[in-house]
Amino acid sequence: MQKIDALPRRTFLAHLVSSSAFLIGARAGVLDFTGATTAERVSDADQAAWNPNVYLGIETDGRVILIMHRSEMGTGSRSVLPMVLAEELNADWRRVTLEQAIGDPKYGSQNTDGSCSIRDFYDTFREAGATARLMLERAAAQRWSVPAAECRAENHAVVHGPSRRQLGFGELALLARQQPVPKKEELTFKSRADYRYVGKNLPTADQDSFLNGKAIFGVDASMPGMVHASIERSPVFGGKLKSFDDRAAKAVKGVIGTVTIPDLRGPTMFQPLGGVAVLATSTWAAAKGREKLAVEWTESPNVAYDSSTFKASLIETVRQPQKVVRNVGDVDAALARATRTHEALYYAPHLAHAPMEPVAAVAEYKDGKVVCYANTQNPQAVQDTVAQALGIDKKNVECHVTLLGGGFGRKSKPDYVAEAALLSKSVGKPVKVTWSREDDIRFDYYHTVAAMYLKAGLDEKGKPNAWLQRVAYPSIGTTFNPAATHAEAFEMMMGWNDVPFDIPHHRAENGPAKNHVRIGWLRAVANVYQAFAIHSFVDELATLAKRDSVEYLLDLLGPARLVRLGSDYINHGKSQDEYPLDIGRYRHVLQLAAEKAGWGKKRLPPGRALGVAVHRSFLTYVAVVAEVEVDTSGRVRIPSMEIAVDAGTTINPDRVKSQFEGAGVFGTSIALMSAITAKQGVIQQSNFHDYRVARINEAPTQVNVHLVESTAPPAGVGEPGVPPVIPAICNAIAAATGKRIRELPVGRQLA
Amino acid sequence: MIRLTVNGEKRQFDGDPEMPLLWYLREELQYTGTKYGCGQGLCGACTIHLNGKAVRSCQTPVSRAANQSVTTIEGLSATATHPLQEAWREHRVPQCGYCQSGQLMQAAALLSEKASPSDEEIETAMRGNICRCGTYQRIRAAVKDAAAKMATQPRPSTKGAR
Repeated sequence: MQKIDALPRRTFLAHLVSSSAFLIGARAGVLDFTGATTAERVSDADQAAWNPNVYLGIETDGRVILIMHRSEMGTGSRSVLPMVLAEELNADWRRVTLEQAIGDPKYGSQNTDGSCSIRDFYDTFREAGATARLMLERAAAQRWSVPAAECRAENHAVVHGPSRRQLGFGELALLARQQPVPKKEELTFKSRADYRYVGKNLPTADQDSFLNGKAIFGVDASMPGMVHASIERSPVFGGKLKSFDDRAAKAVKGVIGTVTIPDLRGPTMFQPLGGVAVLATSTWAAAKGREKLAVEWTESPNVAYDSSTFKASLIETVRQPQKVVRNVGDVDAALARATRTHEALYYAPHLAHAPMEPVAAVAEYKDGKVVCYANTQNPQAVQDTVAQALGIDKKNVECHVTLLGGGFGRKSKPDYVAEAALLSKSVGKPVKVTWSREDDIRFDYYHTVAAMYLKAGLDEKGKPNAWLQRVAYPSIGTTFNPAATHAEAFEMMMGWNDVPFDIPHHRAENGPAKNHVRIGWLRAVANVYQAFAIHSFVDELATLAKRDSVEYLLDLLGPARLVRLGSDYINHGKSQDEYPLDIGRYRHVLQLAAEKAGWGKKRLPPGRALGVAVHRSFLTYVAVVAEVEVDTSGRVRIPSMEIAVDAGTTINPDRVKSQFEGAGVFGTSIALMSAITAKQGVIQQSNFHDYRVARINEAPTQVNVHLVESTAPPAGVGEPGVPPVIPAICNAIAAATGKRIRELPVGRQLA
Repeated sequence: MIRLTVNGEKRQFDGDPEMPLLWYLREELQYTGTKYGCGQGLCGACTIHLNGKAVRSCQTPVSRAANQSVTTIEGLSATATHPLQEAWREHRVPQCGYCQSGQLMQAAALLSEKASPSDEEIETAMRGNICRCGTYQRIRAAVKDAAAKMATQPRPSTKGAR
């Protein structure tokens, strides 16, 4: 094979990627998470005989190497996105090798969150595939001296139509490399009828490795000569190291020594929290040594953080007028003349992400460079964070991405990778940091705590003519700017300033709140509490009006139309022309879920009832009908859940469905049992006995997902199922028991 | 010196006898398919077989496995074709995949004791195994399918690859 550095670097397909920074150097194994070198690394795709763009390499033996630059944490995107490229290339999927990208800005954003892998890269990958296909076809035409129009790529080869001659992709790679790069306007795209992979339920590339134990996650990564670290941190956020005694810790067999990690200073960002690390020859010895540490911390101002008093302060805030974030008509005047008004307060607690795999990283600092392996959702943030922590250039941070045992937003915050890198620099060896479950629960970037106040002015038929909604919570903005008081635009976008109801007088407000722990984004983010309040309140109004909840919702949504929101509504960075707020799609998923659930027809025994909610988030429309059964002891079971989804174009329907099945379970945990609380600044939960998540006997028995066939642009899948699940469950509980859930989780409120 | 058998191979261990099997398997024998999830026997990610019975390896000191036989996910079937693994494939159970080794080992122990478990028996056996992605309904369906297939086929060994 020809060496890539002997070839002119191609910068074609520049319209596909913003950066063309290439690294030349040692070749390393793709999924080889051991024995890393500190040499700068070029991808196998970059080094292939033909490397049309950063996502694709074609070898002369016909092997197609597809780069996956996003992280795999269970959505299947690591397999599904390359299928889009393989489809347009007309490659044979069985001859495709997937290569996980290291962190590098040349790939565009690698931050795998916000449910955007498909929608942000669908066009890019289609164009990459179509471009390479056209160049292969032109190469074949040149070889055969025939018109290019007579040559078509089919199943990993180009075929000359009239003569049926054919040449494999591998045979054409070097000639294709010499073709001029087609302009975007020259590209043609396959019609859906011709798709072989897109729209099909192909198994993911990683499935088998999950069944035989061979999959390599962050906790499994190793480097030769590495030692293990367990880190003691201040139990109160903001506490600084005062003193410590490590004599007993050092006496533990296997313990090598202790190292302090500097206190966190300045904005929280993704910096390590600071603390005392015990280094040892095994994870077990490090943990045992850590138990023997005696550490004193300075008193942090956050020692006053108490969840019950904080809840009261948030509620006080939302009882008062606050900053207006959306205003239509004159709410105050309309409320004053309403026949009847109704108001309600809602509250939702902190949550921890609790992915089954805790955060973990192994890093080696050597000669001013860091090589690391981490279960990260965002390897470029790893580069930035590690570079800043060690005072080196980010180009000198080589971050390899392992498989992720769940992420849910936690693993896009790479404080743990910086811990490993700092410790490696200190001890001169590779260091592996594995957070314990207790670390994970007690030192998370918590999903925030929120209070919501809603008030409606109703007409004689019980329909709101005026609607006021007010919310307060410590914003994710506080993680980046300690002075932040109000919600960020992206938080307001998530189910607060985009409420789609047809109400003439409508005002949304947001009050201030301060953070006392690290605040981060968790699957579906602000939609979780905002949608809980909005869609519970709608159901309260329907009940008050003695109307069927689905009919009432349809009435409130109004006729099918596009609703145009102001420029402060950021719509996930997409234009409202491309991704409008489409009431017709809301109505359709609502009617579909209701129909599938037998809404209005199903006869249920006492203690059993249906509840409904419809919500658009991550540009996807989702309606949920939950059936709940509440027994005499107040225990809730969910025999079934129907979820109707319009996510626009989808690539792998089975993986889409699995995400919504999972959302049914994740939402059930939030609705019924999960809560993080603080007392005297200390998080009260520590493991799965007191931070409860749904088990098989507590999860919905059956979640049926109904996908709407659509050619609309692709939208999010990983997150948008979660928000409507929560109010749908709570609304069903209200229907079954008469008890309205205004505070999450349900817990023992029904006992 | 502790002698034990792991996935059919004889092993000797002379470290801290109180060290949980989990860490011995993962860090000394490189059987990393057995996962850490909670360290307290609360989540089931570390489930292995000790003489064919499901145990939480995070709660099982190496000393307890002396002169006994340990099977991990790597040893459930030499070719990863245990009926449960096949059913998991067919139902496309895994999402992130992390808890699935423990789920499979727990389910295999269940089926070796109860050839055709009821829904309730499946829930009782599997409720110690948390899946945060929420693959439970596919797990339930796959266990039932595997049980049905095993009823018409010879029982596979769950004692590990030889």
